[in-house]
Amino acid sequence: METEFTPWMSLAGGVLIGISATLLMAMNGRIAGMTGILTGIIPPISTDWPWRIAFLLGAVIAPVLFLAAGGAIPYAVPVSLPLLALGGLIVGIGVYYGAGCTSGHGVCGMARLSPRSIAATVTFMIFTGLTVYVVRHIVGI
Amino acid sequence: MQKLISSGLIGAIFGLGIAISGMANPAKVLNFFDVAGTWDPSLIFVMGGALITTALGYLLVFGARKKPVFDAEFHLPGNKAIDSRLIAGSATFGIGWGIAGFCPGGAIPALGFGGVSVIAFTGAMVIGIVLARSFDGLRLKPAKPF
Repeated sequence: METEFTPWMSLAGGVLIGISATLLMAMNGRIAGMTGILTGIIPPISTDWPWRIAFLLGAVIAPVLFLAAGGAIPYAVPVSLPLLALGGLIVGIGVYYGAGCTSGHGVCGMARLSPRSIAATVTFMIFTGLTVYVVRHIVGI
Repeated sequence: MQKLISSGLIGAIFGLGIAISGMANPAKVLNFFDVAGTWDPSLIFVMGGALITTALGYLLVFGARKKPVFDAEFHLPGNKAIDSRLIAGSATFGIGWGIAGFCPGGAIPALGFGGVSVIAFTGAMVIGIVLARSFDGLRLKPAKPF
């Protein structure tokens, strides 16, 4: 499935992610990593759960309001439900042991030039690329 | 209360950024990695924009303040180890991301508009975190001897 090349919207979205990461550090002193924020509200729940819930609710509600206000969010899922569930399970296990994902390691950690985050990001980018190649061009889904 | 409102607004900026950037769109994410097929390089601009903004923003914050507004200290990860746990975990995450097209930060902002697909992914992801955490807990805390 082709998708449209959107450099300006993607750049604008990236800058917003960066502003959010900067503000979360300035206000709460926290890394804006989705794995870390989410894991804190999965039992055993972290004692500072209220701000985590507030952040997650904000992240869920904002795109809905944007759509309601007439904004466009291109969205298509060319993956079957069983593969989404399998992928989700694998992602959950991976980000737990890797202690971070695209937002935590890929944006916040890399922005701090953390060698650990750079190693993690290079590793998951390579493995994501290999997996997409295998799924699309060898298995042929 | 101020901290909650602030956190909610910061989460809203994050969610909106993810949604308009294309990171919450599995078709686009998978195409970014499909260099040999229907390649869409847009996500380079997401990563570039987010990285440069965060790097400059962190420099500003750490330069201007000794502590955050709502906390006594900056909570920066103390673990510096590049070990097999980090690499194997990150590789595993990559395999799952390549299969589903959602990463955690891409999935959560899609929960309000993405239908059953993103709900199935996110539910399974939470189960994955719970399983890994309980397995890790068992490994770290061996059963007490009688």
